[in-house]
Amino acid sequence: MCLAIPGQVVDLNDEQPLLVKVDVGGVRRNVNIGLLEDGEIALGDWVLIHVGFALSKIGEAEARDQLRMLRAMGEDELAMEEVRGYTFAADDGGERR
Amino acid sequence: MTTTNETAPTLMKYVDEFRDPALIATVAHEIARTVDPARHYRIMEVCGGHTHAIYRHGLRDVLPDNVELVHGPGCPVCVLPTGRVDDGLAIAARPDTMLTCFGDMMRVPGTQGTPLELKARGADIRMVYSPLDALKLAQDNPGTHVCFFAIGFETTAPSTALTLLRARELDVRNFSVFCNHVTIVPAIRAILDSPDMRLDGFVGPGHVATITGCRPYEFVARRYGKPVVVAGFEPLDLLEGILMLLRQIRAGEAKVENQYRRIVPWEGNPAALRTLAAVFELRPYFEWRGLGFISQSALKLKDAFARWDGEVRFAVPGVRVTDPRAAQCGEVLKGVLKPPQCKLFGKECDPEHPVGALMVSSEGACAAYYRYARTAEAARA
Repeated sequence: MCLAIPGQVVDLNDEQPLLVKVDVGGVRRNVNIGLLEDGEIALGDWVLIHVGFALSKIGEAEARDQLRMLRAMGEDELAMEEVRGYTFAADDGGERR
Repeated sequence: MTTTNETAPTLMKYVDEFRDPALIATVAHEIARTVDPARHYRIMEVCGGHTHAIYRHGLRDVLPDNVELVHGPGCPVCVLPTGRVDDGLAIAARPDTMLTCFGDMMRVPGTQGTPLELKARGADIRMVYSPLDALKLAQDNPGTHVCFFAIGFETTAPSTALTLLRARELDVRNFSVFCNHVTIVPAIRAILDSPDMRLDGFVGPGHVATITGCRPYEFVARRYGKPVVVAGFEPLDLLEGILMLLRQIRAGEAKVENQYRRIVPWEGNPAALRTLAAVFELRPYFEWRGLGFISQSALKLKDAFARWDGEVRFAVPGVRVTDPRAAQCGEVLKGVLKPPQCKLFGKECDPEHPVGALMVSSEGACAAYYRYARTAEAARA
């Protein structure tokens, strides 16, 4: 339930500044950054994602810790399923080839 | 590695998967050195994610016998009383109405069945991964009212709040939230006030604290004299957290410490807290499964959002439903009983046919115990 999924910001959205595109294990989806302070997020940053929202900005090492934790908990598939399932701004999502 | 094997033989089964295996053995050894063999320790892990991790990694086997872990109320679907499930399903039964909820909710039994079963009988109930997905469904289906069955602690509530702000901004009128968000601090207080609960310390919830920060737990130390350590979810995190608690207990201290500093800022997420305060207010009281009515323990939409408040728009039955008599979810939730001590455990109630919500979610103590500890115990027998 309180799954917190690490993702890296790979694209900013000038038209919708509250949406950024994140990469989570090769899956790219938009997430909402409205729960973070204005200007907190830059391209390349890592965030913790929960139900479509970035909850906090974290470091790259912390993101890797978090990924390993999800794997160890057997929740990495669930996390990917969740990120794939976000449809609220899925128009330009898709998998990384 | 032979020395680590000697100090904690059961560690070896998962040693490869984790950060600093040698460190895990060191911490386990340090815990054994810190405890007073003449006394018993009862430590509550508040968060259901911790409960899951403890069973999955067999951490029970690493701890001395006199350190008992008591499972706390931090599993949103577990603490939701059946009456609220029924209320949500009553909204789903209305014509031209779609009920949306997270996957965890789909298999939680109401009086007339689970959301999944009602869906099979024709109700329009859909699983979403984000409250924003529910809002999108409302925008895409203007002839249908889309209600989001919101559950979760402070980790999840800000997302619902921001979705409501977005609904107001976009003036989406066929959208509402049936709000069941709860807050963890009053539940901890209720447990501390309960006469049958004797606890020596708390492992604080890691991801909830990402939002709340550590400060809200200070009353546990100050007023009740019990230590709290906010901890992460890897075996090393949990063991370190438990060691920090045991050290405080040994030194006769009670303070709030943060083991999960790499993720949890002491002050939490101020922007998310502001969003929560803009949309929600505290309910005077709310019923928790097993813990009963707890004052100021849940969130409702402020009057300014009444148009999007499912409870205001639809007269939900609001009937209090007692749990099946034989099921002892309440006792397990309070930590009075361990899962296998419930009369239904593994018989009438299993993950395929859950009678109580604790058997549904992977964060529920019963599901976690059923999945991991049962097989471990059978192997030992």
